[in-house]
Amino acid sequence: MNRNKILYSGAIILAVTLIAALLVALVLYSIGASPLATYKTILTGPLSDLFGVTEVLVRSVPLMLVALGIAISFRSGILNIGAEGQIQMGVIASTAMALAMPHAPKAILLPATMMAGALAGALWGGIAGWLKAKLQVNEILSTVMLNYIAAQVYTFMLRGPMLDPNELETGSGTPQSMRLPEMAFLDTLVPGTRIHMGLILALVAALLVWMLLWKTTLGYRMRTAGAGAKAARYAGIPVERYLIVAMLMAGGFAGLAGAVEVSGVHHRAIEGISSGYGFAGIVVALFGALHPGGIVPSAVFFGILLIGADMTQRSASVPANMVLVLQGVIILSIVSAQSFLRNPYAQERFFRWFGRFSSSARKAGKGAQS
Amino acid sequence: MTALEPISELKLEGITKRFPGVLACDGISLQVRRGEVLALVGENGAGKTTLMNIIMGLYRPDSGTIHVNGEEVHFHSPGDAYARGIGMVHQHFMLVPNMTVAENLALGLKELHHFMNLDIKGAAKRIREVSERYELPVNPDAYIWQLSVGEQQRVELVKTLCLGARLLILDEPTSALTPQETDDLIVRLQRMASELAIIFISHKLNEVKALSDRVSILRHGAVVFNGQTANHEPSELAALMTGHDVVLPRNEGSSIQGEPLLSVQNLCVRGDRGNLVLDGLSLELRAGEVLGMAGVSGNGQREFADALAGLRPVESGQILFGGKDLANRTPREIIHAGMGYVPEDRQTEGIVPSFSVKDNLILKDFAEPRFSKMAFLRKKEIDSNAEALKERFDIRCPSTSTATGSLSGGNIQKVILAREISRGPKALVAVYPTRGIDMGAQEFIHEQLLARRREGIGILLISEELEEVMNLSDRIAVIYKGKILKVLPAVEATRERLGILMAGLADPDTPGDAQAEVPAGVAHE
Repeated sequence: MNRNKILYSGAIILAVTLIAALLVALVLYSIGASPLATYKTILTGPLSDLFGVTEVLVRSVPLMLVALGIAISFRSGILNIGAEGQIQMGVIASTAMALAMPHAPKAILLPATMMAGALAGALWGGIAGWLKAKLQVNEILSTVMLNYIAAQVYTFMLRGPMLDPNELETGSGTPQSMRLPEMAFLDTLVPGTRIHMGLILALVAALLVWMLLWKTTLGYRMRTAGAGAKAARYAGIPVERYLIVAMLMAGGFAGLAGAVEVSGVHHRAIEGISSGYGFAGIVVALFGALHPGGIVPSAVFFGILLIGADMTQRSASVPANMVLVLQGVIILSIVSAQSFLRNPYAQERFFRWFGRFSSSARKAGKGAQS
Repeated sequence: MTALEPISELKLEGITKRFPGVLACDGISLQVRRGEVLALVGENGAGKTTLMNIIMGLYRPDSGTIHVNGEEVHFHSPGDAYARGIGMVHQHFMLVPNMTVAENLALGLKELHHFMNLDIKGAAKRIREVSERYELPVNPDAYIWQLSVGEQQRVELVKTLCLGARLLILDEPTSALTPQETDDLIVRLQRMASELAIIFISHKLNEVKALSDRVSILRHGAVVFNGQTANHEPSELAALMTGHDVVLPRNEGSSIQGEPLLSVQNLCVRGDRGNLVLDGLSLELRAGEVLGMAGVSGNGQREFADALAGLRPVESGQILFGGKDLANRTPREIIHAGMGYVPEDRQTEGIVPSFSVKDNLILKDFAEPRFSKMAFLRKKEIDSNAEALKERFDIRCPSTSTATGSLSGGNIQKVILAREISRGPKALVAVYPTRGIDMGAQEFIHEQLLARRREGIGILLISEELEEVMNLSDRIAVIYKGKILKVLPAVEATRERLGILMAGLADPDTPGDAQAEVPAGVAHE
């Protein structure tokens, strides 16, 4: 039974991957690019040297953190689409914290910077959670709207109160903050590359999230609230409370991702720092089956896609935005694959077809032997 | 609708269907002709549904043949089956609630779909024709959500007939009906049977007895019995169905007269639409008794159970339990006070369907020291608890890691009962505990409830199966329009007397009886 099920799931996943690849190939073909060459560049280019590999990992760190938060919220029955805004709030708060204590020792400043980012993200996510729990406001609407608000607040802060004074006096007026004190930097892991301690942080976070969701009573409560709100209420679990907790955590992880980007990569708040990680994180989480064990490889895979897309832009005439097309197609494929996986009749038809195929193959094999 | 002659005979021969690891149908042969009702009887998992899905073209048999009017057919979809006059009414209705009856029919009738125009009037006309011909009164302009469950059942029948079916497969058609609606349906089906062929799937043997001409019993995917219904007693059929003699246990009189345990006084509760559904309900449950609550569903039973579990706000009144007023307390507080609850909706309220059996068994107790330590779950304890309860309550599942939602209704109910009973409650509220559950599991659940009664637990049994209420109860309370109409000792209850009370009429045996008013008066002090 189980072997068949794995066979079926594997076949479906393979099929949707192929269909997704084919659809994107069509789009690539229509803009005059060679699909094969593009795929080759995307999938092999980033991993051909040490720099490429470390850059992939640099991209995968924020994706991993955001996706872990998304997994917590989706598992708890609340769909957080607001990671983008939560990241930006995390960036503002962590930058402000680091700049406020320029002379503090690293042992204090670095954790404080990270905490500030996580707290700000948690607060921003918590708003949506509170609205949902207390006023039944649809979380998809509220998180998307909070994204818009966060984007405006972010722009305002960078162009106003947090604008680097040097930019005004001597620079070009680029909207960005002052550079962080070095004591707030996350250390580099491999000298000469940009890969930083944030990777370790994200991997530890993945382990913690797994333990939280499947090993603790808090995780049991949250998963129950998400998988069966009615049964959870019946069992005495105050579902609304855990919606808020889930959004605090999801926002916290997104805010942490923002803080990690600031102190690990850019060392200051710049425009466009979140570069769509908030939305890509949703795809990463779904592709990783909302499980930390799936999210880690899935984040690396999307890191490859992002770097690969940059490379195709340089090597071939394929815009990097094609990755967004690919992401969209992957979401559609996952959703349709899930409906196939859940449909027993489709399963039955598959086995009928597969049985015929394998029995005729066996016959053909026997014919060849005799 | 079709040029083919109307169906006069359906014949299955040697139908075999194998699923990975399971032989769902094992060489089944059946035959049904026009003017005949064939009852197909079997426990959950006996292969009834698979067989019907094969007839309707949803599954293909591994071997065996299907003949219609002597001609071999191969159905690839339900559409093919309908084209030959075979239609099915599913256990769960396939109706869109916010559409009218006529619109629901039009959904399935392609010939009413003209370019940019849907012939609703044509649909309504057909419905009127069919409903007159078969005496199934249905208003084509009514919205589905306005109709009672019994009326919706009639809509399903009319819809299936309108689609051209002359052989009806009815999958447990009475499982959601009240006793009155069931009797009504059986009478109508008897009248229709002369012109149609009917396959009636059920495990309620008194209905089988009342309606069918022949009966076939399935066990583990094979036909174990074929015979004329008239020649066999229900108990005989039950034994054949389960493979052993079934004796539904009875409450053997009251040996213990316990202390009052739960006292509900003047309870007022609002329903989902804001109207007062419970209007001054008063009731007393003693330790060591089964108090049956009989009534037609929709008279406040669900709201009463919800209020007892803390899942619905109480407008006014008291729920005194162990000296504490539990009205408007949180579910957690009520659970801690020692109240057990087997909810009506076992699929989504009693369990989390996607969770494993072992996780569902700790749904209320995961935070207790027994199952957790420093906020971490104790996996070993949870596993051994599940294994012990699986054994003790005869829960049939491949393993305790199986998703609970994939089990049969009877086994899901055993999971719920195992959890509620093993917690050692002082009182247990069980709502429709055996609805839609096969005989074997029903017997087991009844035995469990009576055993708990002997241990001194007070049990409130809310049910619409009069048989069940009369078999198990010490006292029976009849609920009508949110009030207790009368409480009578079970020994004095008869089917007829309860039926009249449930309809809201005065008790014929004791005219002017004031017993029902007494508790209400007490609450005013």
